Amino acid sequence: MAASGIFIDDEITGRAYDAALVRRLLGFVQPYARLAALAVGLLLALAGLELLGPLIGKVAVDRYIVPRDPSGLPLMAGAFVAVQLLSSALRYVQNLVTQMLGQRVMFDLRMRIFSHLQDMSLSFYDHNPVGRLVTRLTNDVDALNELLTSGAVAVFGDIFSLVTITIALLALNWQLGLISLCVMPLVYLTVRWFQTGMRQAYRDIRLRLAIINGYLNENITGMQVVQLFNRERRNFERFDQLNRDHLNANMRSIFYYALFYPVVELFMNICLALVIWFGGRQVLGDALTIGALTAFLTYVQRFFMPIRDLSEKYNILQAAMASSERIFKLLDHAPEVRDPEGLGSGVSGRVTTRPQTLDPKPGGRVEFRDVWFAYVDEEWVLKDVSFTIEPGETVAFVGATGAGKTSLLSLLSRFYDVQRGQVLLDGTDVREMPQRELRRRVGAVLQDPFLFSGTIASNIRLLDEAITDEQIRAAARAANAAEFIERLPLGYDTEIYERGAGLSMGQRQLIALARAIAFDPDVLLVLDEATANVDSETEGLIQEALQGFMAGRTGIIIAHRLSTIQYADRILVMHRGRLVEQGSHAELLRLNGIYRRLWELQAIEERAPVA
Amino acid sequence: MGPRLLFGYLSAYRKRYTLLVLATVVRTLIALSIPFVLRLAIDSITSGTSSQTLAGYGLLIVLLTLVAGGLHFVRAYGFSHVSRVVEYCMRNDLLAHLQGLHTGFFQTTRTGDLMARLTNDLNAVRQLLGPGVQNFTNTVVSFAITLALMFTISVRLALYAAVLLPVVSLVFISVRRQIERRFTAVQEQFSTLSAKAQENFSGARVVKAFAQEQAWVDHFRQANQEYVDRSIRLARVQSVLWPAMQLVVGLMFATVIWLGGQDVIAGQITLGQYVQFTAYLLQLVWPMIALGWTAQLYQQGMASLRRLEELFETEPGIVGGSLVPPSVRGEIELLDVRFGYRAGPPVLRGVSLHVPPRGSLGIVGHTGAGKTSLVQLLMRLYDASSGQVLVDGLDVRNWQLDELRRAIGYVPQETFLFSDSLAENIALGSAAVEEIELARAVRVSRLENDLPDLPHGLETVIGERGVTLSGGQKQRTAIARALMKDPRILILDDALSSVDTSTAEQILTELRQVMRDRTTVIVSHRISVVRDCDQIVVLRDGEIVERGAHMDLIRAGGEYGRIYRRQLLREELELDGS
Repeated sequence: MAASGIFIDDEITGRAYDAALVRRLLGFVQPYARLAALAVGLLLALAGLELLGPLIGKVAVDRYIVPRDPSGLPLMAGAFVAVQLLSSALRYVQNLVTQMLGQRVMFDLRMRIFSHLQDMSLSFYDHNPVGRLVTRLTNDVDALNELLTSGAVAVFGDIFSLVTITIALLALNWQLGLISLCVMPLVYLTVRWFQTGMRQAYRDIRLRLAIINGYLNENITGMQVVQLFNRERRNFERFDQLNRDHLNANMRSIFYYALFYPVVELFMNICLALVIWFGGRQVLGDALTIGALTAFLTYVQRFFMPIRDLSEKYNILQAAMASSERIFKLLDHAPEVRDPEGLGSGVSGRVTTRPQTLDPKPGGRVEFRDVWFAYVDEEWVLKDVSFTIEPGETVAFVGATGAGKTSLLSLLSRFYDVQRGQVLLDGTDVREMPQRELRRRVGAVLQDPFLFSGTIASNIRLLDEAITDEQIRAAARAANAAEFIERLPLGYDTEIYERGAGLSMGQRQLIALARAIAFDPDVLLVLDEATANVDSETEGLIQEALQGFMAGRTGIIIAHRLSTIQYADRILVMHRGRLVEQGSHAELLRLNGIYRRLWELQAIEERAPVA
Repeated sequence: MGPRLLFGYLSAYRKRYTLLVLATVVRTLIALSIPFVLRLAIDSITSGTSSQTLAGYGLLIVLLTLVAGGLHFVRAYGFSHVSRVVEYCMRNDLLAHLQGLHTGFFQTTRTGDLMARLTNDLNAVRQLLGPGVQNFTNTVVSFAITLALMFTISVRLALYAAVLLPVVSLVFISVRRQIERRFTAVQEQFSTLSAKAQENFSGARVVKAFAQEQAWVDHFRQANQEYVDRSIRLARVQSVLWPAMQLVVGLMFATVIWLGGQDVIAGQITLGQYVQFTAYLLQLVWPMIALGWTAQLYQQGMASLRRLEELFETEPGIVGGSLVPPSVRGEIELLDVRFGYRAGPPVLRGVSLHVPPRGSLGIVGHTGAGKTSLVQLLMRLYDASSGQVLVDGLDVRNWQLDELRRAIGYVPQETFLFSDSLAENIALGSAAVEEIELARAVRVSRLENDLPDLPHGLETVIGERGVTLSGGQKQRTAIARALMKDPRILILDDALSSVDTSTAEQILTELRQVMRDRTTVIVSHRISVVRDCDQIVVLRDGEIVERGAHMDLIRAGGEYGRIYRRQLLREELELDGS
């Protein structure tokens, strides 16, 4: 098996700094500009305060220690303590402000991503695994937080420190200052060299780790297949190769890391040596005090601290850039299905009131007008399909797998948009209705009865507080679900774990049906595969409930088996994306076409004499 | 617990570790001798020296740094290297271990949990071995040496400075409990937040179908806000640490200015020694900060090690025997087999049956009757709790496991496909892909009907990055995969459920040819699929309630007859009712 691409999409272009990305990130900081300004301001103040320490030391040496006057030393020590107290307090506030800033920005970013994802159409969810989306919302956002709190803000402080120390060095003695700074071009070159090497190594490592994890994930989920087909050895060898590539990529990066620190330290100590040499000569020539020389030594060491930490910050920066790239790529992904202009676009821009029904009188007239539809490019799933279903009518669609039946449902719910033609509900194109409104009116019983964690009641009403407990019970009764629910010790308050573990498939179907009923739609869509994998008793319950509920409502049944069509008023036959026949069962049989063939096939399956 | 596992991996590196620790000590000694050179330089300046002597001191500093830097590189590279190699070995061993574990384990353990161990826990262990060990040795060595050097300069000054050190520990201890508690609270909310998002995305279809998007945004906002609140609560305490540490160091400095200054004036120490002492104070700061971090790495690393060890200690529930029959005939026999999943209720309750070589067995029954469990015992995905499962008269527990599985082609209810080409997915079991075999498997499974729809035919990459197959196509792939093994025993476990009726009929027709010279077991809830089997058993609540050929069972008028009649009857009713 090839190294699966599972996680490769998470990869990055590997830029360490991307001005456009940073600008967009700053857009999220902007609402908290004052908080950000406070954080940076405090940092600048701190950088300034930290200059004072060595200066106090210098004064202590030059004024009191060298002239042998102990009287001023307590004052000096006191001043030093005072400066330390102040800077500790400021640092605490600065830390806290930075964290708060980070948290606020992350809150907004998370809301933006989550809301954006709510606007995405189903095809988006078809193509993006849930785990990856959750990662965007959690780990990637956290990486940005790291950038903001330990990276970006601190960089301001570091840069300011470098500037103030440079000024202090030059102010104390400009000749010595210039001499001690003369290694700077070399430091700059080292940093550049390190960056280039690290960028490549980092990208390599990320890619290899992603491949390893993708491969692992696949091997764990498919372990049964691996074992039954005796693939253990071969898969292990492949894994070992991937693992080894990762190791080698890491060793390359370790080389840079291990070398960077000592090289920077070397530069620092060359600086110190220069200060000793030139500075010492100046002291001897009385051009510099001995206290100033000690201050110089301290400043030089402080100067190199931020540079030494650079390797760590660089890592944070790179991770954050990769994360922000992924986040923005996600945010830039425009929803394929959009609400019409003027009705607000999607969740993120909408007010949170419950929608008023545009058309209060119950309707439910469904019309497909010359509909063409394809999931990809020009591979038409529906070709020029037209039909009308009158309010209150129940219609069944039949056809072989892949005939396009299920797509009809998705189009009416507007999970996808048609390429040509129109889908109309009560005369209005579904694209001209707000999606919420449309989906309130069109209910669906889906194949997979997805249950959320929470109680049975909360799975029936979902997050719609307007649905009362009484309505829930009524819906459960109508769905024939009340009996089993009320037998449970906690009834409707029974907790549901991990997608309905502990409930049978049939029970899950019944809850899903109660949910559809509780939302009281005008048009009900039913996929009969929903009832395919349940025992016959539950199937009977579901059928009975559906029949009762569909009375007086428009019903559309997608029948994979002809057994479900018994209560349909009309049967529509789909074949290769086209609507080929329609009528009652008897009429269709008489037509002697596709329907008859489908029917005969099933009949043969059940009836043919034993060979 | 944890450490034992680690020592196993590290035993090969004992010598290297000793050398690396030695390198750390030497490097630290050299690095700490630089302030000593500074002191000599300052003292020589105050007593009036030559420019040449100063240049000599400068050169000495650079030379010492070069040696120290070289040792630093060796140490950093060495420790990291060991940690990465151990990570590599452990990762390999973990996969190898998982490959030996039984199906039951994977069904009771979530993939996410295993992945977390293989990624996060492994990473925590690597961090413990790399930066953790490196920092720890560095911290201990430089702390001890620095303190010792400070005492050689002035016992009095060193004592004053040392008095403040316990204050640092006190700050740590008092704040740590709070930090830990608040950190746990943040982590919990983080899980909640992830779980909510996960649920929303997985249930996107329902969320959309019921227009719940806005309600979910509000729901998510609450969880998000709680996360922010908890994080800020953590920040309030956590932000204390670093400034507190700085304050303590500041106090030490002030003490040195005051008392050390007096000592210089009194002639007890030289100005150079004063400068040297302050330089050492600066050196003390880093180890103190690193210590907290190292402690955290240690805690996390140890917890992760225990989790990994737990995984390693999981015994494979199924271990193969040693017998290999010279040739496989494909005879199946079950003798009073009982079986249940772990603590669960019994699934099979005394099942006995016999299928001769090249015979066929059909199994019908309701959901939960034990059909899948029964066939899974044959290839030892599970072991029977009592009774015997025999293939070719040999207890499956005595079979060499890979030989047993080679003999059986299993098409499960749910198809697992690897993200790879269709051809690779079919050829899984066979070492070298035989084109003719592949073509035959593709034909019999009716997968050839689908090939024109796939952009690159058999070379089409499927899965997430490629083409998504329909349920029926997946099942056909699984059938082709099983046939590709050319097994003596073919098991279809409800393998035609997602295939439409006409394709199913085609597959069955083709299969009949293949079945002629193999033993076949077919599980289905469609009577039409098992009708032609030599022998059909009806399972109910883990027991065989009926057995015989199709016509015999119909004539017997038992449960099978009822299932059959119901299927027929409903068919007729439906057709009349429309």
